Amino acid sequence: MVNVVKLRKGLNINLKGKAIQKKVTIELPSEIGLVPAAFEGVVPKVVVNEGDSVKVGDALFVNKAFPEIKFASPVSGKVTKVVRGDRRKVLCVKVQVANEQQYVDFGIKDLSKLNGEDVKRDLLDAGLFGYINQLPYAISTNPKVHPEAIFVSALRDMPLASDFEVELEGNEEAFQVGLSALSKIAKVHLGIGPNQSNRSLTEAADVEVTIYDGPCPAGNVGVQINHTRPITKGEVIWTIDPTTVIFIGRLFLTGKVDLRKVVAVAGSEVNNPCYVNTIVGAPFSALLKGQIKETAHVRIINGNPLVGHKSCMTDYIGGHTSEVTVIPEGDDVNEMLGWISPRLSNFSVSHSYFTWLLGKKKEYCLDARIKGGERHMIMSGEYDKVLPMDIYAEYLIKAIIAGNIDRQEQLGIYEVSPEDFALAEFVDSSKMPLQKIVRDGLNTLRKENA
Amino acid sequence: MNLRNYLNKIKPNFQEGGKLHAFESIFDGFETFLYVPNRTSTSGVNIHDAIDSKRIMSMVVIALLPAMLFGMYNVGYQNYLAAGTLATASLFEVFLFGFLAVLPKILVSYIVGLGIEFAWAQWKHEEIQEGYLVSGIIIPLIIPVTTPLWMLALACAFAVIFCKEIFGGTGMNIFNVAVGARMFLFFSYSSKMTGDAVWVAQESILGLGNNLPDGFTMATPLSQIGQGILPNTSIYNMVTGLIPGSIGETSVIAIGIGAFILLWTGIASWKTMSSVFFGGVVMALIFKTLGMTPIAWYEHLILGGFCFGAVFMATDPVTSARTETGKYIYGFMIGAMAIIVRVMNPGYPEGMMLAIFFGNMFAPLIDYCVVNQNVSRRVNRLKK
Repeated sequence: MVNVVKLRKGLNINLKGKAIQKKVTIELPSEIGLVPAAFEGVVPKVVVNEGDSVKVGDALFVNKAFPEIKFASPVSGKVTKVVRGDRRKVLCVKVQVANEQQYVDFGIKDLSKLNGEDVKRDLLDAGLFGYINQLPYAISTNPKVHPEAIFVSALRDMPLASDFEVELEGNEEAFQVGLSALSKIAKVHLGIGPNQSNRSLTEAADVEVTIYDGPCPAGNVGVQINHTRPITKGEVIWTIDPTTVIFIGRLFLTGKVDLRKVVAVAGSEVNNPCYVNTIVGAPFSALLKGQIKETAHVRIINGNPLVGHKSCMTDYIGGHTSEVTVIPEGDDVNEMLGWISPRLSNFSVSHSYFTWLLGKKKEYCLDARIKGGERHMIMSGEYDKVLPMDIYAEYLIKAIIAGNIDRQEQLGIYEVSPEDFALAEFVDSSKMPLQKIVRDGLNTLRKENA
Repeated sequence: MNLRNYLNKIKPNFQEGGKLHAFESIFDGFETFLYVPNRTSTSGVNIHDAIDSKRIMSMVVIALLPAMLFGMYNVGYQNYLAAGTLATASLFEVFLFGFLAVLPKILVSYIVGLGIEFAWAQWKHEEIQEGYLVSGIIIPLIIPVTTPLWMLALACAFAVIFCKEIFGGTGMNIFNVAVGARMFLFFSYSSKMTGDAVWVAQESILGLGNNLPDGFTMATPLSQIGQGILPNTSIYNMVTGLIPGSIGETSVIAIGIGAFILLWTGIASWKTMSSVFFGGVVMALIFKTLGMTPIAWYEHLILGGFCFGAVFMATDPVTSARTETGKYIYGFMIGAMAIIVRVMNPGYPEGMMLAIFFGNMFAPLIDYCVVNQNVSRRVNRLKK
């Protein structure tokens, strides 16, 4: 019997340019880049030198705070460059891909003979542990604290997000092995959507499957935790994206690190939205070659338009990137008298526009404009309509702005991650940067509690 | 597009180092009024909803227009009625007189209030906030037509500075700006705000209207009740609004149209609005049962400023309760309090203004209690 959690609050934004379920394979790029910034909360320490040869699975950098957490190279070849930014911050480690790929052999393991500590150690050795995130703070986790539970959400329901079922095709076994391995560490909860029918999801073994039936952000792991097993101060829950589960499964199945993944290329400015078979660290230029309709006034996003960040052709696929989207930048658009004109092509949840008349099937082509000036919080109840959590969002945001840590704890800051506030930031008429506010609040809190 | 090019051309003058830098906020205000700003996001979500506070405030102003237009007509109507020349005047004449009587008040309110707003925004290097667009039209509608313009100007200045700007602007204020202006006038110049002599325009304007004799008085139905007289107004006139009273608050129908716009666009909370009415009904029924008020419960709702306050002022999202449960309590409190002041306080024939003022004062406390339930649920979970 599968549990069903019904969610009413939320909002589905129907954007133009969804990826069609067709997988395109691109050849291994000549150079890859592993970007530490993709792993939230990790301060990297590079452990290779320019000119070193690495195999797939060799560490490129480690987490400075926990040097046992390594980050594996997705390819074998020669380290060409360690790109640094201001104050020598490591931006990217580039590796030139060798013609023949050599793998570090971590050995095929018999899962039934492993316990939780063994699984942890294997993940640490193979440089995959850093892919595991945690609540509180929504950062890359560390091996010192034992998780109370592990949450995996196979439901990606943000606008233009990739469908995990497409990636799952052909990886069913690895996914199941990954789940079984994780279940040695703590109880694993797998969250899926009502429309996901792949039996590897609905009948996954060693986990508790829950269907989250509701509009976006039902797929957010934070929302799922809030409804299934609310987190309290002092606890740690691991949150793992389903692609990482496949990586983990492959490690135990083959004894090798294999970071190949499927990434959706989508958005209104993409010629042929589709899914691409590629690898962590592949450059966007390889992914988007010939795909963008025009190069001026477009925005390339590493991720989906709600939680992804502004990027460019020279960026690389990050450890958690599941889609790359391209939308119009909009900086060349001049709309007159926006405060009164009907603006039919714009999407709004407010009835002062006509989105409600045009039906749910209409696809919108939204650009990156903020479409208004930033104000203090004026309207009430806007956030709560799109945040299906037992959280008073306005009060939490105010407590974060005020820097009142006691109040933040009381209002449940440990239960949230910035992505939970993405829709609230979208609908906010005061145009406040909510995700940034939450991220800054979490960072401050982490420092205070350290 | 030519206008856009022109704006782009003159823009550098207003930016840092330009010779007109002192007017940057004003330029920005007009530019964003003409064109949706095309600044794009740098952090957080890459796409945004088309709604912004300009649109919201414009919708509220539109919702206020029926009450304003009817108020203008009623100002003329009351003058012609008092002079006994209503039968010979055309509808247009009556409206035009009222229009000319009310327009200076709206202009004064906007010029004074927005002037301060612009100057303040420039001083603080902020964008101009749109909140006063709404307050600036509500204030002239909730005062008697005979209020001198200088009093209005003083009240607007007081309200903008002491009810809003010192708290940090729209979104940070505790008290509704329009209520602040009305309170200032009420307590500073009470003879001009209440009594029998203030509700009908007394002088003709540009040859329109009638000069009424000195010492002409006309009581509102509520002040008649206050004096122990049963009002002789028909229900029909109370609903359409053809009774003496503050400029914009007499017509239930015009306010009803505004309420529909506000509720449909979702800008005003139906929870707040309906619970104000509910609170009013409950309290009026109690007083009627106790024999303390001579009129029926529904007459309490359609007389005076009850409807206007419930629709346009109690629902101000900034100063009302922000939690969904809190909105019910807040609304009920205002409705009940308005009737209590009306019936039990011999000094004030109308209680809506004071009720909203008290409501504003209690809203943070109400919210605090509601939010703390959520907090204690979390604390209990920790204890388990």
